[in-house]
This record gives sequence, C-alpha cells and structure tokens, in this order.
Amino acid sequence: MFDLTGRTALVTGATGGIGGAIARALHGQGATVAISGTRAEALQQLADELGERVHVLPANLKDAASVDALPGQAEAALGGLDVLVHNAGITRDNLFLRMKDEEWADVIQVNLTAGFRLYRAALKGMMKRRRGRLIGITSVVGVTGNPGQGNYAASKAGLIGMSKSLAAEVASRGITVNCIAPGFIESPMTDALNEKQKEASLAHIPLGRFGQGAEVAAAAVYLASDEAAYVTGHTLQVNGGIAMV
Amino acid sequence: MSDIAERVKKIVVEHLGVDAEKVTENASFIDDLGADSLDTVELVMAFEEEFGVEIPDDAAETILTVGDATKFLEKNAAQA
Repeated sequence: MFDLTGRTALVTGATGGIGGAIARALHGQGATVAISGTRAEALQQLADELGERVHVLPANLKDAASVDALPGQAEAALGGLDVLVHNAGITRDNLFLRMKDEEWADVIQVNLTAGFRLYRAALKGMMKRRRGRLIGITSVVGVTGNPGQGNYAASKAGLIGMSKSLAAEVASRGITVNCIAPGFIESPMTDALNEKQKEASLAHIPLGRFGQGAEVAAAAVYLASDEAAYVTGHTLQVNGGIAMV
Repeated sequence: MSDIAERVKKIVVEHLGVDAEKVTENASFIDDLGADSLDTVELVMAFEEEFGVEIPDDAAETILTVGDATKFLEKNAAQA
C-alpha cells in the first residue's frame, strides 16, 4: 500500500520540520522528490541525507515570478510532476488591532497566494497527464481561529476553501486536491514554549502530547497515493483531537 | 483550408481525441465534439500557446465552434 515508486513530487518549505518530514516520507515510499525552500544550504543538507532521487530547487515564495516558474522547473528536473505539496508557510503574529498591513500581506502572500500560483502552474501538466495530487498544508487554526493569528488563520482557511473549489473543477481529470491540518507539532516553535505554556497547551489535547512531523508526513503519503484516489476536497486533521471537525 | 484552420483542427483532434472528419467548421466544441467546460479552457490555452496570442475571457466566450476559433486566430494571431 501507498507505494510511490516512479512518482514525482515537489515539496515547498522542505527545510522546515514538517516539510522535511514530508519530503523524507514521500522519498521513503519510492518517489523522486524536488525539495524547495529559501535556504539553499539546508536544502542541500536534506538532499545529501536522502541520497538519490532528489533535486534541489531553491525559491522565494514572496517573489511571484519565481513561484510561477517553480512547478515548471520541477517538471523539467523530475520528468513530470505527480504530487505537489504546498507546505511553505510563515507566521507574523500580532493582535488584530496592532496588525500592520505588511504582516497581513506577507502571510497571505506566502501561505495562500503562492499556493494559488503553484497549483495553477502545476495543473497544466497534470490535466494533460490526467493525473495529479495537490496537497496543501493548512492548520487547525484555519478551522478554529486563534487569537493573535488573524492573518495566519485567514490564509489557512483560504487554502481550504481554495482547495475545495479546485477539487470540484479538476476532479474529472483524475486530479485530487486535499489539505492536511496539523495541530501542535513538535518543532523549534513548540520547543520555545516554557513548561507552563506547554502544560496549558497539552491540557487541550486529548492524546496528551504534541504530534511528530512524521505523523503529518504519513497523511501526505496517503493523500499522494493511488489508494487515496477517491478522496478529494478533504481536509485531514492531524491534531491529537484538539479540534474534532 | 488555410494554414491556421489546419493547425486549429490538429489541436482540436489532439485535445478532444475525436476523429478528424468530425472537426468541421461548424462543429460546436461542446454540442458536437463532446467537450466540457474544462476542455474549452484547455483548448483556448492550447491556441494561445500555438499561435502566440492572448485570448481574453470575453473573446474566449464567443469561441463556440471550430470556425469561431479559426476566425478569431486569423484576425489576431501573431505568427500566422
């Protein structure tokens, strides 16, 4: 099950905790992967770790032209593009009353608009090949909201709505469009919380712990696989039960 | 048949997978050739690529038959 041998995948934000885990998992199932991100050195490090079947494509998702070009570069490097995982995301947290226009715009630009551009560019080839998997990494806060994250929550909710609309448009072409919504995942961000903050967060998580990047990546492997062919327009929650939606 | 008409016909045959003899000037993409709305968008994009021309949405909406496409491209194509 979930064999991705011979499949090709592009993962954005691959130097992050979740993105790296997704790249490793898709690669581990046999896929040839293109890893993208802003930090070329970290990408190269991941590529060295993975060994064969990996291509490094640095890109800045704030730059529209480089976003538009990325799926084409991946197709050229990989000889096709079966799976696109839009994982790259940023936060610029602030209380709503204090939120600057730039904080709003930057988050929407990278998390949502870059996803729109990547999907649009990747779709051309996928429609011709009558096959494709578009997977957006959203967040539990896109469904529940979170104080201090009006911009981030909007971008992640936007990704869900965009994916559902697109899923309906391209279903007839064998292309599925889904999201994964992680909750608290162990990362430098959660490491930075003090004990009191950690305890407070954990009190709301029925499974009583933070998640692992690999547990999010497993969801991506499933959605990328042939076995998930009948799943589209869905958002898979990987959140330890913190929000049961 | 003009060169443009030939190239339009070739694109339509390739994209819709229909027999060449069905692709007549009056053939409607949707009613006669079995295209859905996504096919018509793909066709317009293929025309744009082949002829190096941008087809605005309001113009694309008027291209319903093979002849419509040929006429539009004969008028607007950059590289006939």
